[in-house]
Parts: sequence; C-alpha cells; structure tokens
Amino acid sequence: MNPVNYLYLAALLFTIGATGVLIRRNAIVLFMCVELMLNACNLAFVAFSRMHGNLDGQVIAFFTMVVAAAEVVVGLAIIVSLFRSRHSASVDDASLMKL
Amino acid sequence: MTAQLAAAATLSAGTSTGEAFQFWVLGTIAVIGALCTVFMRRAVHSALCLAGTMIILAVFYLANGAYFLGVVQIVVYTGAIMMLFLFVVMLVGVTAADSLKETIKGQRWLALLCGLGFGALLVGGIGNASLSEFNGIGEANAGGNVEGLATLLFTRYVFAFEITGALLITAAVGAMVLTHRERTERARTQRELAEQRVREGKYLPPLPAPGVYARHNAVDIAGLLPDGTTSDLTVSKTLRERGQIRDVSHEAINDLRAIEQRAEERLERTAIDAPTFKRAEEASK
Repeated sequence: MNPVNYLYLAALLFTIGATGVLIRRNAIVLFMCVELMLNACNLAFVAFSRMHGNLDGQVIAFFTMVVAAAEVVVGLAIIVSLFRSRHSASVDDASLMKL
Repeated sequence: MTAQLAAAATLSAGTSTGEAFQFWVLGTIAVIGALCTVFMRRAVHSALCLAGTMIILAVFYLANGAYFLGVVQIVVYTGAIMMLFLFVVMLVGVTAADSLKETIKGQRWLALLCGLGFGALLVGGIGNASLSEFNGIGEANAGGNVEGLATLLFTRYVFAFEITGALLITAAVGAMVLTHRERTERARTQRELAEQRVREGKYLPPLPAPGVYARHNAVDIAGLLPDGTTSDLTVSKTLRERGQIRDVSHEAINDLRAIEQRAEERLERTAIDAPTFKRAEEASK
C-alpha cells in the first residue's frame, strides 16, 4: 500500500465534514463536523511528517489539537448561552436580522 | 529494542501488508463513522460515531509513527473534547432531533453537490502532486518520538508554544464569561415564596408523589386520582415539559386481558372455542 492513501482518507474525511457543516442545522452537530475536519487535517499532517522524514508535521498537528480544544471550549460556551436565551440549538432560529 | 528497530525499518520504507490490511479495514470504519456523524438525526448518536472515528484516527497516528500524538488524540479528543460535547448535548436536550424541513429550497442537494465537487478537487490535487518519495519517519524517531517532539517544541516552535498558553487561558476565561450569569435581583427567601403562594391561592400543601395511588412508583408515571384519571401534578416539572410522562391507566386493563387469555390457554378452552369461532365466521360469510 502506498502511504499516499492516508492523504486520500484525510481528504475524504475533510469533505464529509465540510458537507456536514453545509447540511446540518444543529449547532452542536456543526461543531462536531468542524472537529472532524480538524482531525482530517491532523491525519494529513502526520502523513506528511512521515513522508518528509521529520517531526515538524507532528508539531503542527499538536498545535492544531491545542487550538481545537480552545475552540471547542469557547464554541460550546456560546452554544450553551445561545440555548439559554432562545431555547434552541438550531442555527436557523437565530434570524433576527431577517426581514 | 529489536522490535523498535524492526518497526523503524518498516516505517522507513513503504508499508507492510499488515498496515495495508489495517488501513483498509479501519479506514472503511472511519469513513462510515464520519458519514454517520453527518447523517444521524440525534446529536448523541453523532457524537458517539465521531468518537469512534477519532479513536480510529488515533490508531492511524500510531501506525504512522506519531506515538505521542496517538496517545494525545485518545486522551484529549475522545477523552475530553467528546465528553464535553456529550455534556453539552445532555444540557441542551437529548431528545431534540434536527428538523428535516428545508428553509432554503434545494439547499441540501446544492450542499451535497458542493461537497462532491470539493472532494473531487482535493483528490485530484493529491493525485497530481508528486508524492512518490517517502523518507519515512524511522530516522526522525530514532531518539524517541516524544524527545524529538519536545526538542522541536522548545527550540524552533517555542514562541508558538508560549502563544498557545495565552490562547488556552483566554479560552478558559472566555468560557467562564460566556456561561456566567449575573443575578440581577435578590434571591427571594423561602418565607417570601410561601407568602406569595398563599396570596395567589395556588396549591398549598406539598405536591403528591408520582404513582403512589397506582401500582407503579416510577418517577415518570403520573399518580391516579380516586376516579381513575391521572394527575400531572405528581410528575416532576422537567419530565412534564419534555412530555415524558408514561400513562399506565390502560395498562391494568391490558394486564388483566393478558392474564385471562393465558388462563384460557392453560385450561385448554381455546381448543373448544376456536372451531366455534370458525363456524361463526363461516356463518357470517
């Protein structure tokens, strides 16, 4: 097997995550899809690290994980406060600006 | 040590048959898990599928020689982040399923089309890139994966590492600020609440417990009043609002019917009854 297959898998997972972000309307599931995309990127970074024979890709993947953790904390806090004010986690319900 | 060397040898060259087998089996499961994350209607199911996908990705990290990242993936992603997700799902409401009504006409198909096009572009890009050379991670991991990562992290990437600390602190403070609610008025004391209840003439004594008048005492079963109707007062307000009250007023009658039927079978009355039924049916025809 060619290790390039890991890149194809990462591309597939990223695509699925991006499609999920476009399709779903529950804010929590949207966040999960974003996490899936970040994970796919991490897989690509790790595969590239193996490809080039140095550890820089893994360091970048490590930073991605840290940023993802921070992003999830803030994002879920936003979802919780949004749910408190409008009793719904659907992103379609937040349409105050709509005529 | 020999095992490590052997692993390093396989990682430096192409991939072994074992790794290929692992890739195709686990990769399929990972894609299925990702698809389930997107297409499951309940957020809980999505979260569980995503956790499975992340564990498989951790296995792939380990297979690619990223031993530290593989363990961090399991500890941080599936251990902390996914559990945080599940926690919020519990907070926001487990039973809330996504509505399938389209607000923008044809949005779903357009989104699918966009996704397919994007995927085709990505795959085409990877296919056109010259990725034939593989150096392998064995050499870089020779002094230990964690040691190698630490050396890079604290020399070349030390500034980014420091910034990460600032980011994490900001995120923690931000989460606290966002979820904190300032009390704008004084909390009413128990005495004031009691006086208000008397003044409004509401239900004064303590609320009745669920199911005590019937044969069940589960919390989601409304108690029966003497006239056989159920009283919603006996069920907790949360369950009432979610509509999770079980009605057992008909269950007693159904149970009785089942017992009677079983007794008839035991007494072999059906053997006599069945032909009479048939005859009655034929007569009615």
